[in-house]
Amino acid sequence: MSVHRVVTGSRNGLTDWLAQRVTAAIMAVYTVIVLIVLLGGPPISYAVWKDLFTQGWMRVATLLFAASLCWHMWVGVRNILMDYAKPEGLRLALQVMTLLTIAAYLGWTLHILWR
Amino acid sequence: MSSVAAKKNRPKYLNLQALLFEIRLPLPGWVSILHRISGALLFLAMVWLLWMLDRSLSSEAAFETIRQYARLWPVKLALLVLIWAYCHHLCAGIRHLFLDLDKGTELASARLTAALSIGAGLALTAWLGAKLW
Repeated sequence: MSVHRVVTGSRNGLTDWLAQRVTAAIMAVYTVIVLIVLLGGPPISYAVWKDLFTQGWMRVATLLFAASLCWHMWVGVRNILMDYAKPEGLRLALQVMTLLTIAAYLGWTLHILWR
Repeated sequence: MSSVAAKKNRPKYLNLQALLFEIRLPLPGWVSILHRISGALLFLAMVWLLWMLDRSLSSEAAFETIRQYARLWPVKLALLVLIWAYCHHLCAGIRHLFLDLDKGTELASARLTAALSIGAGLALTAWLGAKLW
């Protein structure tokens, strides 16, 4: 007897649920820190901007933000696709495209940070 | 349009008029759907935001070009929409975390925090917009 298994894009819903919230908290903290640094510092010129993104802590914090964002986006977009993209083939195709897009975003971010 | 009494007991099906004018989404429902829309918008716009970050950090001339670019009104408008999307998503997200902890699930408080989320999102957008330009 064969069992029809639906591809949802998730292996463990609870892990995704928790990850979405932990990554959200990380991004919220980053947002506050960056706002304080930017609004509390001198007017933003190229020198100020470049200097900020050359500092080690900022690179690591931004990488942490980007990694959190990628995971968060995957859970969020996957939820949207599970709700609206009902045909399995279409959903699978869109999910693969989403993953590729997120991977490209992360690669680009790494390139920008450590150029 | 026929009388209200005649329409009362008929089953309703979704047409554009019903969707736009007759079915009223409660405020927490608006927070929820805007949370989703703002998230999707940010995901799609990420390519544009990364491009601007990339250019702005590549050289002084490119930085100035991006600064001028951000002053064009269509760009400014799009950026404001994205800033709103970020702020709303953040506020609705914080509200969601409290709901996860079973805080604010009563009707009255759910409505209040929904209004607060929408208001705070708009206020943050206005404040950041004023700071940026």
